[in-house]
This record gives sequence, structure tokens and C-alpha cells, in this order.
Amino acid sequence: MSESLATVSYLGATILFILCLGGLSNPETSRRGNLYGIIGMTIAVLATVFGPHVSSAGYAWIIAAMVVGASIGIYAARTVQMTQMPELVALMHSMVGLAAMLVGFANYIDPAASGHMTGTEKSIHEVEIYLGILIGAVTFSGSVIAFGKLSGKVSGNPLLLPARHWLNLAGLLVIIYFGYRFLHAESISDGMTPLIVMTVIALLFGIHMVMAIGGADMPVVVSMLNSYSGWAAAATGFMLSNDLLIVTGALVGSSGAILSYIMCAAMNRHFISVIAGGFGTTGGTPAAADGAQPAGKVVPINSPDTAELLREAKNVIIVPGYGMAVAQAQHTVYEITRLLREKGVNVRFGIHPVAGRMPGHMNVLLAEAKVPYDIVQEMDELNDDFPKTDVAMIIGANDIVNPGAQDDPNSPIAGMPVLEVWKAKTSIVMKRSMASGYAGVDNPLFYKDNNRMLFGDAKKMLDEVLVALKV
Amino acid sequence: MPLTIGVPRETAAGEKRVATVPEVVEKLIKLGFTVIVESGAGDAANISDDAYRAAGAGIVEDTSILWSSSDIIFKVRGPSAEEVGLMREGGTLVSFIWPAQNPELLQQLAARKATVLAMDSVPRISRAQKLDALSSMANIAGYRAVIEAAHQFGRFFTGQITAAGKVPPAKVFVIGAGVAGLAAIGTASSLGAIVRANDTRPEVADQVKSMGGEFIPVEYQEEGAGVGGYAKVMSEGFQKAQLAVFAKQAKEVDIIITTALIPGRPAPRLITAEMVQSMKPGSVIVDMAAEQGGNCELTEPGTVTIRHGVAIIGYSDLPSRLSKQSSTLYATNLFRLAEELCKSKDGTIDVNMDDEVLRGTTVVKDGSITWPPPAPKLSAAPAAAAPAAKPVVVAKKSHGKGGAPASGTAVALLFGAAALIFGFIGAGAPPAFLGHFTVFVLACFVGYMVVWNVTPALHTPLMSVTNAISSIIAIGALVQIAPPLAAGPDRPDDWIRWLAVGAIVLATINMFGGFAVTQRMLAMFRK
Repeated sequence: MSESLATVSYLGATILFILCLGGLSNPETSRRGNLYGIIGMTIAVLATVFGPHVSSAGYAWIIAAMVVGASIGIYAARTVQMTQMPELVALMHSMVGLAAMLVGFANYIDPAASGHMTGTEKSIHEVEIYLGILIGAVTFSGSVIAFGKLSGKVSGNPLLLPARHWLNLAGLLVIIYFGYRFLHAESISDGMTPLIVMTVIALLFGIHMVMAIGGADMPVVVSMLNSYSGWAAAATGFMLSNDLLIVTGALVGSSGAILSYIMCAAMNRHFISVIAGGFGTTGGTPAAADGAQPAGKVVPINSPDTAELLREAKNVIIVPGYGMAVAQAQHTVYEITRLLREKGVNVRFGIHPVAGRMPGHMNVLLAEAKVPYDIVQEMDELNDDFPKTDVAMIIGANDIVNPGAQDDPNSPIAGMPVLEVWKAKTSIVMKRSMASGYAGVDNPLFYKDNNRMLFGDAKKMLDEVLVALKV
Repeated sequence: MPLTIGVPRETAAGEKRVATVPEVVEKLIKLGFTVIVESGAGDAANISDDAYRAAGAGIVEDTSILWSSSDIIFKVRGPSAEEVGLMREGGTLVSFIWPAQNPELLQQLAARKATVLAMDSVPRISRAQKLDALSSMANIAGYRAVIEAAHQFGRFFTGQITAAGKVPPAKVFVIGAGVAGLAAIGTASSLGAIVRANDTRPEVADQVKSMGGEFIPVEYQEEGAGVGGYAKVMSEGFQKAQLAVFAKQAKEVDIIITTALIPGRPAPRLITAEMVQSMKPGSVIVDMAAEQGGNCELTEPGTVTIRHGVAIIGYSDLPSRLSKQSSTLYATNLFRLAEELCKSKDGTIDVNMDDEVLRGTTVVKDGSITWPPPAPKLSAAPAAAAPAAKPVVVAKKSHGKGGAPASGTAVALLFGAAALIFGFIGAGAPPAFLGHFTVFVLACFVGYMVVWNVTPALHTPLMSVTNAISSIIAIGALVQIAPPLAAGPDRPDDWIRWLAVGAIVLATINMFGGFAVTQRMLAMFRK
């Protein structure tokens, strides 16, 4: 295959990738979008393998490596539970990061890659390698920690080292210093030391960054790492002078950046403050302590009474949260929904943008349980409908339904848009105990007169409600 | 001098109603009128002459004497040609007239120099509701339609679990959620049926729900409310979409009740022969528009026909079948009109043409035809509100994109910084790099534009698919594994190869895993 033919193939692949992302604007076109992505990727890989940069000596290696990778990938995709999706996505980000690191090192030790370069061109190339490895390393270690946090292998609480901002700053200065030394290295072996030191610092930096972020901010982190994995690919593209990598990396990078932005906006928090980590450390804790303790009594309810309330309701809005995912309760939720809809009850789902641990997490879970997507609505779509709602059922969600975000200016989550479930005639909160959410804020909702608490494991309680409804 | 109100016996075939009842006779007498009733007028509604007499009305045996001695005639149906002939010159008539359908009747009445108030022409304004006979009759008709359907239908309406087995609830589909439709919805749902309803006016959805029905919308953008809260003729595209909805419902439901009428026009054809055929045997259609030609293609006005195993009820006398109830309500409507006409309570009437209600109701005044009236000043048309609400919804949908523009300073700073970076790059970078840089910046913008359109529900698939395509990094490893150029002796081939193989394995996991898992997720999204 000639150089030009390969380039044209890359162009085709680029267009297919853009169409792929465009297709996701609507559930109906999304499947075709994914197909475009697959075709694009196939074209890109084939054009490279049979292109001018790969000789036939490499085929055996390539096929072997791809078979191994493909089997692992497909196995993982087949077996993963939908509730584990955030973990899987985080783990996959780490692979892109690690791959970017490996490609960077391989490129650096390859004299054929930069041998003909001189002056500025050489410097730029080296900066590209340095940056590529840096971003790759941060993505890799950050994603591994995110995976650990999401799967429960690492504690979800933010780890707050003393003077952590100074630590980060020191790390950055060291990276810049070694970058300077790297650029002025005489030979490849000379440059190796600064490169490795930088890599280690970058890995530590990635670990530290994600460790400092609380569980509730995970949607931001996951989408941010998604963005990083794109930038890593783009940096590799610069390093190898490959436009396809640059374009694809930029697409992925900007997509992740936008998602992070949307998630931050949904929590009314600044991106920097999320990344800086440690929810509630900047003045939030004292405010929460001396903020008015919500007075009033918590009224418990049992599952038969819940079923009774649902049966008599005309309009029901279900607000799912991470608790539903943990309890694997989405199928029971669907059964209840189906039953109620057959009875003519108007059941809808209200999804907060940051519900769950990943953007769109709840939608995927509900889709898995076969809930039709037209009754799953965004916060903006149905927030005005709560006054007309008879029962709002909150399953394993807390901060996203906290009226304190609107009423209490001292609340750490003040100003965060929330679902106004307390305006419904009755709200039922399903919860294990009275513990507060990830933000560590008490929820005045629990003490409202029209609120009932259904304590217990969400799955078990919902099963009981379902049984009671069927009678 | 007090005027005499005469109530003749209805002569139309099958008409069982009567224009006044004893309770109303008393009230009319209190207004100062003298009331005479033709002997036997109330028989069909189970009201005896004695009952009228006890209320103070005079009973007249002879029809022509009644007509000639009455100043005002209260009737249900419009008069026949003979009855017009019996009417006193310059007299007043109050009844249903349907002036649009009966122009020659109007001419005849005008020739008698009569004043005619048509109960079907009462303007639809709040003040006139108490004399809106159409609504009170439609209410009865809607109720009776369900009862007639239940009579023909071989099953319970309500679902039951009995010792003899389980009974599924009947499904009822009501077309047209006007007064009759809403009454039918309420009646059917209180009998325990599952009720669905459709109307061209989307704003009635809440009313449908309030009566216990489920509103089935037609997914088509068009405002269906005409003047005065009635429906209007819809576009062809809408009608097509509507028929599709009806065809679907026809297959599912047991009973269809159609009430679709557009004032002054033949009833729209909404239920085709194929739809009837697609219904389950034993199903029932009640066509409440039978008199105006029918909403169903197979309706035979006035009777019940069985076509394709479906009973099609085309009765046009549904209110008359509840004669006592409808007579009482109609009589009350007439009494309210008499109150409007006789503000002085001395038994005389004043047809005040400056009064909006009386102006609308009066179709002939002293021998000159005054129909149609000028358009009512106020109507309940919500057309103005709907377009105002729309942009808000649109703005909400395009999150972020349509947000408030950033402040001038912020934009200036941003552009300044960008210019500085671009200037720096432009000064030092070689042309080859600039080419790539151009591609990079443009790709960022394309990504930005494309991703803003992604619906929030698909954010997780978006992440996994972008993750899959970021495994394009495999290309970087592929080109390193065995480049064809003759490498110098110092190229550490093995090292590079192993690094590249590692990268390929990792990237391929991602590539296949990412696409496969996205496929799995997207396959789950269903409507």
C-alpha cells in the first residue's frame, strides 16, 4: 500500500470517528454510530499494517499481540456487570495511558525516529516525547487508582496529605527541571535518567491526584481521565507525526473535557476545586458543623405501606442514585414500574446528571433493566413537575435530593442543582441508615413532614414492595 | 301583560325528551310566566299530566290550540314545517335549531316574523355555561354511550379475580375529549375499565387524566384548538399520524367511543373499515357522531350493526334514551335562558341584542335572520400561550450551548492568551509541526461541536466509545514494531519490539473491549 493510499485511509477513518461520536446524539442512531467507529478502527489498523511503515517481518508479532489483546478485551466486555461499568471504563483508560508511555519510550530509544532531526525540530520532538510520556503516566496511575476506588479496593474517602498542594507544586517543578535536562541530554542513554525520574513523579502525581478526590466527585474524575487518555493519544500523534492519532486524540480529549465540564456544572462546583480534591475542606466543614441542625422527627415506613402509597398514586417519580447500583436493584425497580404503569400510574425516572459514579451511569443501569428510555428524564425536564407528583421515590440517593443546596447558603453543596423531591405530596427515601452522603452533609429532606424513610437494603425492600404490590 | 310559555309534545320519531319538567314549571311561574303543556308531552319521560298540573301548568289537549295560544314555545327538537305553520305570527321559539344545517328552517321561521333562540348556538363563554344545553346533553350522551357499549359488550368492564377465574379489565378508547368524551371517560373508568383517550387539542390531556383516563397523544406538531374551545380541521399530515395511532389502538382495545365533531361540518372519518376488521370479535364501537355522518366508516345512523364481529352503535338519540335526566337538565337550561330574557321577573321578555349571550343564541330576530353572530370577543383558545412556552423547552434541551455568553473581559483574556501562544508557536516552530498543530486545533473544535450534541442518557456509552477509539494509539506501536527502513546497527530492535508489542496488546484490549461493551450497552437502550 502506498503512502498516499494510507493517508487517504486515515482520512476515511477520521471521518468515521467523527460520525461515530455524532451518532451518539440519539439512542436510535447510536448503534450505527458504534458501527462507524468499528469500521473506522478496522480501516485505520489495516491501512497501518499494510502501509509503508510496517514490513512483513512484523506481521507475526502484530497478529500475536492483537489476538492476545482482542481475546482479553472481548472477554472483559462480555463478562462485565453493568454496575461495574465505571470500573471497567477506568481500567481501560489506564491501558491507553500505559500504551502511550510504552510508545513514548520505544520512540525515544529508536534512533531512526529522530536521527535526521536537528535544532528546533529535534527539541520539539523531544518535548513531544516528554509530554506524551508525562500525560500517559498520569493517566495510567490515576486510572488505576480510580479503578481501585470504584471497585472498592481502595477507600472512597479523599486522602488528604498535609501540604498536598505544595507537594504537587514541588513535583511540577521537578518535572520542569528534568525536562530541561532531558532536552539538553547529549545521547539517548544520558536522557534516560531524567525521563525515568519524570515518569516516576508523574505516576506518583496521578496517584495522589485521584486519591485526594472523594467518591461523589468520581463522575468528574472518570470523564477527566477519559479526556487525558485522548490527550495522551494526541501527544503520541505529534511525536510520530501522525495526523490520525492527533485528530482522534483531540476528539476524545475534547469529549472528555466537555463531560467533565457538564459534571462540574451539575454539582455547581469549579473544575479546579474538584481536581484540587478534598470535598468540604475549604470552609465547608465548620459551616456544616454550626449550620442549623435540621430539627424534626424522622418518620419510618414499611414496605406494605409504601406499596399502598404507590398503588394510590397517579404520578410517581423515581429518583435513583448510587445506592440502587450497589444493591443491584434496577431489575426490581423495573418490575415495580411495569406493574404501576399497567395500572395506569404515570411513572417516570428523574436522573440527576451526577447520579452514580460515571456520567450517564443510571441511564445505562435502567436501560439494562429494560426501562423504556422515554420515561427516563433529565433533571431539567421534570423538576417542575414535582408539585403535581403524588409519590417521589428516592432509591439510594442523598446529596442530589438535598433541599439544603437551595435553602442553606452555608451548606457545602449550596447552589448545586438538586431534584426538588420534597415538593411532591409524599417522598419516600430508601436508605440503609441515617448516614450522610458523600458530601458528608446532613439532609433536611429526611425531617420533612411529607417524607417517609424506608430503611434497609434497597433490593430487599423493593422486592418486598413488589410482592405487596402484586397482591 | 304576562306571556304564556307553551311546551308542545315532541313529534320527532323516537324523541322522548320534553322541554320542561314540573320543578321548572314552578320556577317559570315565579318569574311571572303562564305555562301550558300539551297533554302527554311528558309521557315518554315518565312525567304525567297530573304532575305538571300540580306544579301549576295548564294542560292543553289540542296541539294547534297550544301553539296558537303560546307567546313563547319551549321545544327540544327544531320544529317541523307543520309546526312552523302552527306558530303564532311574531312569536318566540326556543329549541335546538342547528342553523348551519337547516337554512330553509331559518327561512320559514323568518317568514313567520318569529324570534328564534337556538340552544345549540349558545356562545361558549363562562357566563353562558348554565344555559349550555349542548354540554348538558353531551354529558348525558357520553354516559349513555358507555352504558350502551356495556350492553352490547359481552364482558365485565372491571378486572376481577373470582373463584371461577380471572377476568381482565376492558380497555376503552375514547376519541375526542370534549364534554361527551370526558363523561364517557369518567363513566367507563368508574366502571373499572382501562380508559385511553385522544384529542386533537393537546391541552385537554390534563382533563383526560383528571377523569381517570390515559391521554394518547398524536406525535405531530399542530395546534388543534379552534375558536371557542372546539376542535378544528387538522392538516393532512396530522390526520395521517392520527389514523396510525387509532389503528394501533383498535387492535388493542375492546371498546371505541368516538365523539369527534367539528362545528358546522360533517364528522371526520376516523375509524376505517380495516380498523374495524382488526378489532377483536365481540368489540364495540359507539359512534356518537352518527347523526353528522359518523366517525366510523361502517356506522349506520340510528341503529346497531354488526360488522366483522364488531357491534357498531350508531344511535343518534343517546340523550333521549335517558329521557328523564336529559329533560330535567334541558329544562333547567331553558329556565336559565328565561331568567336572562326576563330580568324584570314580570313575565315579559326582552331579547337584548347587546347582551353577548343572547346575541349569540338568537338566530332570528323579529323575522330577520341574525345568524351567524359576530365572533365572540373572548374565547378559551390557548393558542397564544403555547408558542411562548416552546422556546423555554428548546433552551433547556441544548445544555451549555445556549448559555449566557461569557463576559467581555473573560473573552478578551482568552483571546489574548490564545494569540500569545499562537504567536510563540508561529515564531519558533518548523512548518511540519505547524501542519500537525493546525489539524490538532481543528480536531479539538470538531470534537467540541460533536460532543455537545450527545444526549446525557448516552454519556456512559460516549465514554466507552471514545475510550475504544483512543486505542488508535495502537497505530503508534504498529509503526514501531518493524519499520522497513534499514536501521543503523545501534537500534535496540528487541527493546523497541517488546515495548511495542506490550503497547499493542494493551491498546487492542481497549479497542475490542471498548467497542464490544459499547455495543452491549447500546443494544439495551430501547423505547
